[in-house]
Amino acid sequence: MGRYIARRLLQFIPVVLGSLFLIHYLTSLGIQINGDPVQALFGARQPPESVLNYMRIQFNMDNPCLRQTGNPCLGLFVDRISNYLQGDFGINFRGQPVADLLERRWPVTLRVVVIALITEALIGIGAGVLAGLRKDGAADYTVRFSSTFLVAVPVFVLGVLVQIGTGVYLGTWLAEQDAPSWLQSIFSTTYDSDAEWLSLLIPGMVLGAFSVASISRLTRTSLIENYRADFVRTARAKGLTNRRVIGVHTLRNSLIPVVTYLGIDAGFLINGAIVTEGIFNIPGVGGLTFNAATSGAAPVIIAVVTILVLIFLVVNLLVDVLYGVLDPRIRYE
Amino acid sequence: MNEPSRPGDGGPDSDVVSPGTGGTDLHSAVLRRGGRKERNRSLWADARHDLVRNPMFIVSSLIVLAVLTMTIAPSLWTDTNPKACDLTLSKQAPSAGHPFGRTLQGCDLYAQVIYGARPSVVIAVLVTAATAVLGTLFGTLAAFYGGWVDAVISRITDVFFGLPFIVGALLFLSVLDSHSIWAVSAILVALGWTQLTRIMRGSVMEIMARDYVRAARGLGASDARIIFQHLLPNAIAPVVVISTVSLGAYVSAEATLTFLGVGLRPPEISWGILISIGDGWALAGHWHMLVFPCAFLIVTVLAFIMMGDALRDALDPKLR
Repeated sequence: MGRYIARRLLQFIPVVLGSLFLIHYLTSLGIQINGDPVQALFGARQPPESVLNYMRIQFNMDNPCLRQTGNPCLGLFVDRISNYLQGDFGINFRGQPVADLLERRWPVTLRVVVIALITEALIGIGAGVLAGLRKDGAADYTVRFSSTFLVAVPVFVLGVLVQIGTGVYLGTWLAEQDAPSWLQSIFSTTYDSDAEWLSLLIPGMVLGAFSVASISRLTRTSLIENYRADFVRTARAKGLTNRRVIGVHTLRNSLIPVVTYLGIDAGFLINGAIVTEGIFNIPGVGGLTFNAATSGAAPVIIAVVTILVLIFLVVNLLVDVLYGVLDPRIRYE
Repeated sequence: MNEPSRPGDGGPDSDVVSPGTGGTDLHSAVLRRGGRKERNRSLWADARHDLVRNPMFIVSSLIVLAVLTMTIAPSLWTDTNPKACDLTLSKQAPSAGHPFGRTLQGCDLYAQVIYGARPSVVIAVLVTAATAVLGTLFGTLAAFYGGWVDAVISRITDVFFGLPFIVGALLFLSVLDSHSIWAVSAILVALGWTQLTRIMRGSVMEIMARDYVRAARGLGASDARIIFQHLLPNAIAPVVVISTVSLGAYVSAEATLTFLGVGLRPPEISWGILISIGDGWALAGHWHMLVFPCAFLIVTVLAFIMMGDALRDALDPKLR
């Protein structure tokens, strides 16, 4: 086990450095091709050169290599990484440290992701079991068709449609009917910091919708496969009840790939939150990135994306290590 | 063919029509071929045989065909100029002459939706073609030559896999000034080629262990002959399946990036732009501005995914 973890950690370091360098190199190239993002902030106006210079130093955009197209800016890369290591992620165009912004917004995103994961697990596994137990039955066709359909709807389209359907029409109607306040906060269009879980329920479900489809299919396939396995036949032959054969012997073994998928998906969900939080106007990390992207605040995006990618890689590493714990075949490959 | 050969026949292998064989012999050879039930069809002929009988494949390819004609010749679908607008008719609800209603600028929404197919489909086709070529090339190189070539290519794909797709595209497009079809395509290719490289690498490795590849090597075939005659035709099936599905994924990615404000921008007409404008106005009751572009986008993506599923069923005998 120790050797397996050590090897995964050794592989992890070059991948992290490579990913960070990729982000750094492509954004530098973009800046080199387009010219100064600080000047671009002022549009057609021409502020005094001293102001521009001051801001360039503030945003770490003063390095001369950013004006030489094709230069990989290695010095700047090393500077950036050492700043990040000390917890300094720069400031945004209003002078607030990015690290503070992230710290404040992080809990919100985490809640959205947790809701999405719970949605995936409950609805996805439930639908998959229904479909898998009666292969080629009505439930199976319904689940298969709706999961194909769900995958085809881009997340932002789903978000926009759901927001209008539940938030605007249903929400207004509920407010007119004098519904209980918890129901109103579920179906309101805005994030309410007093109802920090309830008002994130629908955005979280939208975020999880795409993976609900994948998880129901994965559960279905894996259940159908295991249903024919020898150990299930043995369990039946021993005369166990149907409930026990399905619940304990089949389902538990079928859920191993599903649990792995949920782990990997957690990393993707944090990134997918950018679109969902942007649409539902939620003040999380995703909303921060969304606003920074639409307003062209390059220093903020570079810092936030770097952090998101780091989290994504760490989550993947943890899933890999856990998978090694669960499945000895991986460990001793 | 164990019967003794007759003079004038094409030799023991009378199936092979050799020069000098008479017309009747040719005829009988063809008959014999057609009459044999247990003929070995190639992977691709087999797949074609299945596909033309699969209703899901037929429906989805009709939809794809419709979308492709919208891209190439939108005037087949509408006579109205999408940019002939009348500001006084802004956001008009659907009516007899304008079944989808009008846009914010008072243009005919139906014409705009038809013309809006072009950027999405052009980007999807460009990106898919480029990633398929790059993925096939690098995947085959990595699997065939192994050693340091494989190590370098695999580590590079690892690094790209660390960068989630939409986030990466968002980052690079937000520092680029250009929001043309070319810029968006280039970024999507840069982020997308690694997936097909991995798939092709795995597929080629599997085929390389087959007996016929060893036999070809034993017979002294050159690397190029092994790659083009044996590996490519047999290993490329998963790439074809994934490419078809990713056509849909790239249509969706383009619309997402445009919606986020980092993709295409007006005056370009595209589904992503129509949806992002419609989003704001649907709240005020102008539902048609949102629903119609969304429907076109969803149906197109769905058609590509269904087509990919049908291809996968036809090409992967293990699933049958």
